[in-house]
Amino acid sequence: MEIYSLSMHEIHDLLASRRAGAVEVVSAFLGRIESVDPKVNSYISTLADAALEEARLFDNGKKDFAASPLAGVPLAIKDVICIKGTRTTCGSRILENFIPPYDGTVTTKLRDAGAIFIGKTNMDEFAMGSSTENSAFGPTRNPWDLDRVPGGSSGGSAAAVAAGLCAGSLGTDTGGSIRQPASFCGVVGLKPTYGRVSRFGLVAFASSLDQIGPITRDVEDAALLLQAIAGYDRRDSTSVDLPVPDYRAALSEPIRGLRLGIPKEYFIEGTSPEVLAAVRRAIDTCRGLGARIVDVSLPHTEYGIAAYYIVAPAEASSNLARYDGVKYGLRAGGAKDLMEMYRRSRSQGFGPEVKRRIMLGTYVLSAGYYEAYYKKASQVRNLIRRDFQEAFEKCDALLAPVAPIPAFKIGEKSDDPLQMYLSDVFTLPASLAGIPGMSVPCGFTSDNLPVGLQILGPHFSEELILRVAHQFEQATMPEIGGRKTEILSRLA
Amino acid sequence: MDEKITKDEVRRVAGLARLELSEAEEDRMTGQMNQILGYMDKLNELDTAGISPMTHAIQIENVFRRDCVTPSLDRQDSLANSPETDGCNFVVPKVI
Repeated sequence: MEIYSLSMHEIHDLLASRRAGAVEVVSAFLGRIESVDPKVNSYISTLADAALEEARLFDNGKKDFAASPLAGVPLAIKDVICIKGTRTTCGSRILENFIPPYDGTVTTKLRDAGAIFIGKTNMDEFAMGSSTENSAFGPTRNPWDLDRVPGGSSGGSAAAVAAGLCAGSLGTDTGGSIRQPASFCGVVGLKPTYGRVSRFGLVAFASSLDQIGPITRDVEDAALLLQAIAGYDRRDSTSVDLPVPDYRAALSEPIRGLRLGIPKEYFIEGTSPEVLAAVRRAIDTCRGLGARIVDVSLPHTEYGIAAYYIVAPAEASSNLARYDGVKYGLRAGGAKDLMEMYRRSRSQGFGPEVKRRIMLGTYVLSAGYYEAYYKKASQVRNLIRRDFQEAFEKCDALLAPVAPIPAFKIGEKSDDPLQMYLSDVFTLPASLAGIPGMSVPCGFTSDNLPVGLQILGPHFSEELILRVAHQFEQATMPEIGGRKTEILSRLA
Repeated sequence: MDEKITKDEVRRVAGLARLELSEAEEDRMTGQMNQILGYMDKLNELDTAGISPMTHAIQIENVFRRDCVTPSLDRQDSLANSPETDGCNFVVPKVI
């Protein structure tokens, strides 16, 4: 078995039992990146020197593998999260040369746990997109079919995990940006409850929605990574001061007797029959494991897209006002006054989708339109939250598709922003409600493209959804696990 | 579908957003914004009278801390990413 094909916990077992050294492990991934990433383009920057230096500390006995389950494990970080002294671009020209002067809180926590950062992953510019085609550093390609998108916006993180270019990774999810690429790339993705993970040092897109979470090879890794990054942080006033449970310990409990809700609005016409078939088989598997399957309704689901694409751009237009060419980022030359400098720097620095969202956000917040758009959308957001609240009175968690279609072709939707937005229909409502959600691989299309099962739970129910995901994963391991390994050798 | 936003309004909004769009970008943006804003009409199917707007994903209370001086980012570190400084200040083009 090649090192790059192993999960984080398998790699840690190797290291802790001295069957491999940290330099050997890091080198295996760096070598793999060198040979495979030119095809996939999952990284914006790699951190070979720093990673090897860190690995030597373990091999020299200055750091201890026993310190944590992440000690010595090579991780990739989405390029929207700050690592001190390491370029952080957000996939944008405007931040092409930005070197953060501090670590994000998740970075500090992972560093303290002994994880080794091997690179910063590609993404849609400022996390705005569903395909990773909106990166100023070129699109990422789906390891399962290089002509297709990996999903987005954390497409680089998902593709890197799927292609064996890191042991695990962090992504961010504002409207589906962890779950959808995880689904498209056949890996596990977890968007935590809003407030579970500190956003300090995460470059802001839509502050009431953004959340950092793991993208990993298996569910156990997702539990380990969430364990390391979750918790209250005084530097993020929206982080929640609740105890962090032992996520890994929760995995082993069977799901017999759990009530799993099937929201009928997620099984609609327009969804690919192959996606529906895979998700229906997954539901049968859960029934076979003893879960009680109950029908539920989330009646405002279809309004999620309109509400989200008002709220998120509104917040983005405000957050991205900071890119003014003064404190950091690109400054256009030759401006005769301050205003012209602002306009030129922003126009040269931002790509088309970011400009579109800034324009939409500015419009819906502008005098005369605020009530009709922003206020209305915020009210509908409340209705969507209530839908989930009512559904969770009838069931413990929900099962649904992650996306209506499997990975689409590069270029297929990039000229039609509305079509791209519509593909987020099944991930946006959970983001608006702030509840946690996962994607776990549940099958394949006839073209050998992965399909994800979405598992949603009430606020702060990560233990529960991880447990459902793990029990499902164990039950389907022979079929799905085998294909995931197959894809690794096909890329070599 | 009636027109939601004219090219003139697109130009005005671009001004508010501190963006400079080329003629071609203005045309494309007008078309796309009309399409997207037209889709947003869907929200008007819902009666939201009496529904309070939701601005946070979870219940959030104001967070207070003691008002005291603590070390923060060093001045040189703060200036390090700036396109232009004089060593202790950010330098910008003429304002007035």
